[in-house]
Amino acid sequence: MEQKIAVKVDDLTVAYNYKPVLWDIDLEIPESVLMAIVGPNGAGKSTLIKSILGILNPIAGSISIYDKPYDKQRQLVAYVPQKGSVDWDFPTTALDVVMMGTYGSLGWIKRPGQKQKKAALEALEKVGMLPFKNRQISQLSGGQQQRIFLARALVQNASIYFMDEPFQGVDATTEIAIINILKELRKAGKTVIVVHHDLQTVPEYFDWVTFLNVKKIATGPVKDIFNDDNLTKTYGINYKVSIQE
Amino acid sequence: MDLKEYFSLVFNDYTLRTITLGTAILGAVTGMLGSFAVLRKQSLLGDAISHAALPGIAIAFLITGAKDTNILLLGALVSGLIGTFWIRGIVKKTHLKSDTALGLILSLFFGFGMLLLTFIQKQPNANQAGLDKYLFGQAATLVESDVWLMAIVTGLCVLVLLLFWKEFKILLFDADYTKTLGFNTKTIDILITSFIVLAIVLGLQTVGVVLMSAMLLAPAAAARQWTNSLAKMVFLAAIFGAFSGVFGTAVSASQNNLSTGPVIVIVAAVFVVFSFIFSPSRGLLFKQIRFIKNRRDLKLHKTLAFMHQIAETHEDISHPHTIKILNNFQGYTKGTLKKLVDKGFVQLQGNMWSMTEKGYSTAANLYNQQTDSHE
Repeated sequence: MEQKIAVKVDDLTVAYNYKPVLWDIDLEIPESVLMAIVGPNGAGKSTLIKSILGILNPIAGSISIYDKPYDKQRQLVAYVPQKGSVDWDFPTTALDVVMMGTYGSLGWIKRPGQKQKKAALEALEKVGMLPFKNRQISQLSGGQQQRIFLARALVQNASIYFMDEPFQGVDATTEIAIINILKELRKAGKTVIVVHHDLQTVPEYFDWVTFLNVKKIATGPVKDIFNDDNLTKTYGINYKVSIQE
Repeated sequence: MDLKEYFSLVFNDYTLRTITLGTAILGAVTGMLGSFAVLRKQSLLGDAISHAALPGIAIAFLITGAKDTNILLLGALVSGLIGTFWIRGIVKKTHLKSDTALGLILSLFFGFGMLLLTFIQKQPNANQAGLDKYLFGQAATLVESDVWLMAIVTGLCVLVLLLFWKEFKILLFDADYTKTLGFNTKTIDILITSFIVLAIVLGLQTVGVVLMSAMLLAPAAAARQWTNSLAKMVFLAAIFGAFSGVFGTAVSASQNNLSTGPVIVIVAAVFVVFSFIFSPSRGLLFKQIRFIKNRRDLKLHKTLAFMHQIAETHEDISHPHTIKILNNFQGYTKGTLKKLVDKGFVQLQGNMWSMTEKGYSTAANLYNQQTDSHE
């Protein structure tokens, strides 16, 4: 059966000043995959996500979500930024941050009500953070902050989730909790795209992978393309990994 | 006039009432908007804007040749806005960081403003005297219409804050994410920045170019110490700002007409210092007290844990041991032993100590409790 294409990137080129960060990227991400984007530092992984989401302006290229321009399909897409991108000393609570996930569907001016609050509480429950709902966000651990960000994206009830290094600086327990939620999302037919650093866990966590180093090196099912050849092409060194059956 | 006399006069005396109302409203609106500037880490923006407003005042005077406050402030508004958008432009188009852009625009505009002021002072026009009042402000020049203008802008500001509260909050916390939700972050940003410029310009007459940024920052910095909720912070900052205005005016009016602007700023600074020291959760005083208390508790816990280790080896936990055995242990002092007795964890009999049931179970759960309270 032919899989639907959830995200399509055409000829995407992004540059900061003169140096290209992403060069002529073509990418098709099928629906209902759990995909890792891997590559060395400076390969443009975060930039790729941010350009797809319209946070950065590419020099060239177009993005479509389910065959329509991204601008028209925003409500289908949720985003989990890097944890370090915000000031966690901001005066607000965990529940309040998760509620922000509902702002997009509310639109301008309208305030969140009981319905939105209920959705936020459910998301907090899902990530195991319900007991911390009234906690000031600076008093949460790094792993808990990451869970809050995940819950905020879950509230959006999107079809496609983009996550920028959700496992950065979290302990093993949190990592497992997060990956289990991501796997559940995929089972429910959602598409999940994750910037990932730990090559060891790629075969275990993901079923789809994109190798990126300014240019796209390869993209496809983990079992077919996650091999020494592509790793060497991407990282420039002979990176030995063993793929566990 | 002493303070008491001031407060009895404030409701009847037209001038006093006007000035007090004006500074209170000004303090409230700058406090509210200052919270946003502080949380966006744009604390210096206020300073840059107020300095950037100076050439506008001078140019407005050169064009009209009159000292109509509203026209001068309109000039200030225009040049303040130009300065602000140049700062944004510099940050966006060059490699320069925002502090450099702020410093650059601040000194450039202020320098140009001063140049124009000295040029104006050399003019034969007798009307020119007093333009330099805008450097440090002069609250005494406030008239009823000025206060009305401030009140209208403040009301408008409150209305906009209430309407776009959710948008402001999410932009402050996570601008990139706000963009992905489909909000035009530029619109929200321009809205909030314009109000900050407006509030600053309104304050120039009272507090002046040089000190205006303190009105923006001090109430907000003080308010942040007392609460972890954005709404409460904005509200508190407005209150602190308003009180700074009232007290500042009171002190300046009662003390032989000390210059009002600086006094208001000093009063606001007192709020800040008080908040830094005495805030229960973030203040220095309670932090230090908590630190000392924790250290004492830890000493006590160490001794208790050591005793628990010894008691564990006996079937009867209240088996007595000699006090000497504790001397080898560094956490032990006579004081800690006495405290353990006071808490009912340990019993003393001559030279011997023994653990109580309560002490034993507390010691056994010591580690668990600590992990619980941290989770």
